[in-house]
Amino acid sequence: MDAVGIATPGLSMALALLQADGFWMPGRGSTTAGGVDWLFYFILAISAIFFIGIVVVMALFVFRYRARPGHREQQTASHNLPLELTWSIIPLLLVIVIFWFGFTTYLNQSTPPQNSLEVMVTAQKWNWLFTYANGWVDEELHVPAGRPVTLVMTSEDVIHSFYVPDFRLKKDVVPGRYTKAWFEAIEPGEHQIFCAEYCGTEHSSMLSRVVVHTAADYEQWLETAGAFYEQLPPAEAGAEMLRKFGCVQCHSVDGSAGTGPTLKDIYGQTHQFTDGTSAAVDENYIRDSILNPLDKVRQGYQGVMPTFQGKITDQEISWIIAAIKAYSGVEEPMPAEETGAEPSGEDAPAAEDVEDTGQTEPDQDQNSASEKQAG
Amino acid sequence: MTNQHHDDRPQHLHHHFDTEQQQFDSDKLGMWLFLVTEILLFGGLFVAYAYYRAHHPEVFLYAHKYLDKTLGGINTVVLIASSLTMAWAVRAAQLGQRRLLIILLSLTLLAGFAFLGIKAVEYEHKWKHGLLWGQRFQPEHHEVTDAHQPEPAAEDGAHHAGDRPADQAEVGPVDAEPCSTAGGHDLGGTQLPPTAPGPGGLARLPGETPAVAGEHVVPQPENVHLFFGVYFAMTGLHALHVIAGMIAIFVMVLLAAKGRFGGGYFTPVDLTGLYWHVVDLIWIFLFPLLYLIH
Amino acid sequence: MTSDTDSKQRGVVDQAAAPPDYLNVRSGFWSWFGTLDHKRIGVLYLISILGAFFLGGVFAILVRTELISPGQTITDADTYNQWFTLHGAIMTFMVIIPGIPAALGNFVLPLMLGAKDVAFPRLNLMSYYLYVLGVVVALLSLALGGVDTGWTFYTPYSTDTNTAVVPIVLGAFILGFSSIFTGLNFIVTIHKLRPPGMTWFRLPLFLWALYATAIIQVLATPVLGITLLLLVLERALGVGIFNPALGGDPVLFQHFFWFYSHPAVYIMILPAMGVISEVVSVFSRKHIFGYRFIAYSSIAIAIFGFMVWGHHMFTSGQSQLLNMIFSALTFSVAIPSAVKVFNWLATMYKGRIVLKTPMLYALSFIFLFGIGGLTGLFLGSLATDVHLHDTYFVVAHFHYVMMGSAMIAFFAGLHYWWPKMTGRMYSEKWGMIGALLVFIGFNVTFFTQFVLGSQGMPRRYYDYLDKYTVYHVISSLGSYVLAIGFVVMAVYLLHSLFRGRRAPANPWGGATLEWQCASPPPPENFAAAPSAGDPYDLTGLEYDVAEGGYVSREERPAPAG
Repeated sequence: MDAVGIATPGLSMALALLQADGFWMPGRGSTTAGGVDWLFYFILAISAIFFIGIVVVMALFVFRYRARPGHREQQTASHNLPLELTWSIIPLLLVIVIFWFGFTTYLNQSTPPQNSLEVMVTAQKWNWLFTYANGWVDEELHVPAGRPVTLVMTSEDVIHSFYVPDFRLKKDVVPGRYTKAWFEAIEPGEHQIFCAEYCGTEHSSMLSRVVVHTAADYEQWLETAGAFYEQLPPAEAGAEMLRKFGCVQCHSVDGSAGTGPTLKDIYGQTHQFTDGTSAAVDENYIRDSILNPLDKVRQGYQGVMPTFQGKITDQEISWIIAAIKAYSGVEEPMPAEETGAEPSGEDAPAAEDVEDTGQTEPDQDQNSASEKQAG
Repeated sequence: MTNQHHDDRPQHLHHHFDTEQQQFDSDKLGMWLFLVTEILLFGGLFVAYAYYRAHHPEVFLYAHKYLDKTLGGINTVVLIASSLTMAWAVRAAQLGQRRLLIILLSLTLLAGFAFLGIKAVEYEHKWKHGLLWGQRFQPEHHEVTDAHQPEPAAEDGAHHAGDRPADQAEVGPVDAEPCSTAGGHDLGGTQLPPTAPGPGGLARLPGETPAVAGEHVVPQPENVHLFFGVYFAMTGLHALHVIAGMIAIFVMVLLAAKGRFGGGYFTPVDLTGLYWHVVDLIWIFLFPLLYLIH
Repeated sequence: MTSDTDSKQRGVVDQAAAPPDYLNVRSGFWSWFGTLDHKRIGVLYLISILGAFFLGGVFAILVRTELISPGQTITDADTYNQWFTLHGAIMTFMVIIPGIPAALGNFVLPLMLGAKDVAFPRLNLMSYYLYVLGVVVALLSLALGGVDTGWTFYTPYSTDTNTAVVPIVLGAFILGFSSIFTGLNFIVTIHKLRPPGMTWFRLPLFLWALYATAIIQVLATPVLGITLLLLVLERALGVGIFNPALGGDPVLFQHFFWFYSHPAVYIMILPAMGVISEVVSVFSRKHIFGYRFIAYSSIAIAIFGFMVWGHHMFTSGQSQLLNMIFSALTFSVAIPSAVKVFNWLATMYKGRIVLKTPMLYALSFIFLFGIGGLTGLFLGSLATDVHLHDTYFVVAHFHYVMMGSAMIAFFAGLHYWWPKMTGRMYSEKWGMIGALLVFIGFNVTFFTQFVLGSQGMPRRYYDYLDKYTVYHVISSLGSYVLAIGFVVMAVYLLHSLFRGRRAPANPWGGATLEWQCASPPPPENFAAAPSAGDPYDLTGLEYDVAEGGYVSREERPAPAG
């Protein structure tokens, strides 16, 4: 029962755990992940040594001193100052070391470097939006490898939390203020984004990903993305808007019931409102519903739609109008000043296109979640 | 081994205590601990106050002027006086002076009513003028008038009678002139006679002279309602505690009338006194923090 | 010794001969629900708390069953969110916080002091009424649309959501006062009702633990009170204090909430440690090692516990400076806890270890608290916490300390004092089986979750990525084993009430004063306060076969009656 007898298996176990990378931690996608992992394994080793020590001693004592015929207890000293001081001071020193490493690593992790790229992050129930320097807003975070990126984040509604396990990065996203986080991705690849602060029904579907490009590819992507919607037929661009702004959370495009009325076939209909008035669904009505949704609430529905005033451009509203017309079977005349891209045809995009017209295709893992979302 | 009430055990001595002194000491300690919890309960509100005042000093500086320092001051004096009568009542109980005890307890109770009465006046004023919390903060805006006119209320009595914050549409901020979103604000719609000119007062705000064009008007900062949220939470919770204290004092009056105290037994009066003093103490902090902000 | 003793041990008693105990001295509804006897109040609490534990456990099984496969398994997201909220709220506010102090402390504390009751018996009854009222009001939320905020009620989600937040928050508010009054009662009792000879350093460690806990109850709970009150005002009246749209600060809520809720976890663990100190000493037949350090460490934990709440908010956006201070202080709390574990092991050294059910739970405690406490290091350290916060790692950590430590100690205490409270012995064999099932089930359920968390799985997730499935399956299966363990426990304990061997005054050989009165105790506990010696001096006790328990060496066991 000597010290070595306990320490050796303890240390071996610790070393084994240390090498069990991948058992505890996901892949390392950022420059700071390594530091975090090192600290994690350091704490793990110390914990393992103490824990195994405690359990072994306990098991040993239980076995050796178990009540049995012929065995009597021996009253030993009921206190021993040197011993008690030792086992107080050594752990104290150890936790001070742990604290120190934790603190310094954290400082590094939480202080954005000077030359970083800034991306604005907007969280809302239940999706993420990333706004780039050129004004482009995407549902996924695209970054170049080898360059620090600072995220400036705010929420539209409740507290969310931006979490990328591969980067060991997490920061709450709070309404009414901005929080910041930074990272530098090591190499091209994709990484999962989770929301890590409970925010309601679809909290576990509030997913996205970090797409890391090479530096050259990144510039290319940014340029293309900026002009993306303009290159689509207006109705398809509108379908993208409906997804991007989260409209499809409440308004289906295939006729199914939801928190809000379906968008299928509504163009041209006359709707009744809770204040007794009625109106025909035309361009002005659609625009009004987006900017002042509580002015006229459709009968049979609750007034819970938030306003998008200040968040949506006129161009985007026009695209949405085009999409709604398409869902109502109205053929949209092609605008005279079409850009170089081929119109995808005279046919109205079908409801299912909402999911696969996006360049930002959700990956396999997220399919079930986003299907639930779009439904 | 059954419990027996020995004849020489006083009636008020519970069976699980060995001596009266032990019971008294326990009761005292228990009461002090309870008072500590009350301090901590209010402590949370004081922290909220400190936090919001530190982050929005302009809100507190601006909004506290809606409070009437005179009335607040009167209330402070009332409560301090009531603490005097209460402490004296405890002494009377100690000495077995039954009649004096009942008189003093009744005076304390009266002071409590006075406090609540003044608070009711203040609250009613706030309600009338839309000076409430959160989104209910919709202060009315009138043209700045000469508040020395004896009956401004009579003239717009009709206008005022049905006044509710929601009815302010026609006198909304965008209509009026420098008064618009400014702090120049005549509360002349009140039916109380104007107080003397000067700081605070229901009739006019400080720095206001009767209707002079181009006078310096303090612009209303954002989120003024935060002050009122804090104000009502703090004074409201305090008022609830005053009511609780008054109930306790009333019970003491009844017990005193029955001759329960004396002969060295006065613990309930003592404990009620302690509670009342803490309620008073909390007000002594509330008053300057809310009413006397510089 | 005689046929009298045999028949006594078989549970057949000549009632006319035995003096009344607190259970049978009076009967009828009001003799229980209007009682001023701390022992009856303790039993009422015990039944209520075990009932709440069952309810919280049902929600836990529902949660784990939903999580056994990704996507929808047995319910939709909204319902799932309500299940985990209720599981947390019930377990925290209705089970663990009242837990040991209310159910065991109420019963044992005056007995350990050789006193007739607590200082304020009527306040004690009121505490119980407040508990019941709080539970009823909180559970009203179930009927009014449920709650889906998580037990932490973070704003602005909790102010905006259209579920029944107000009843559950009001219920928690009322429960808070129940807790405050219990704490107040205990502080005064320990200060003023000690017997002659019982100086502070002759207090049993369970009482030191209850004392430190009571200090936290009295100082921290009012802050929860005002926080919840403000939340109710915010929802009901729109005060705007936490609403960012009105200039309020949602993070302020977190500060207020955790200022109570962190000390609250020490309300949960300190009494638990007190129980373990008693059980380890008695079942090793040895004086507790390091009495003073253990006593001081309880007070130290209580004090330091007030200074670390910000470690729940490392990613909330608070400043680096604040984060550093809270992290440093958090590590300071680790040391007193570690010291206790070493002291318990040293107590076992060269002892005579009796592996009965209370001791099995105590040994489980040491194992499980070892893991729970050590995993706290990962979370107290800033860099690792950023990755682990709001993941299953945290869920695993707090279940190890709250369930695996505090509740396990509760069951250790329950089994330890069961003979005193009920006058019956339970089946040791089934006790062992239950303890084993609970231990295995617990570890399988929750150790897996550490890995889930470090691999990045966030908490409070209804749905999850496929790669996490295998861990969830293992965890859920473990939870079923855990549940079976508790069912086994319930069955043999209930069975003992009717068929258990009659308990002697001192079945385990403890030297604390509660073992000097009969099992169950008479209504007045003691005719006169027994004199207090060293509560851990076990040398004066020896086992008497006829009695079936321990007796003082100087006396012969008294005949039946």
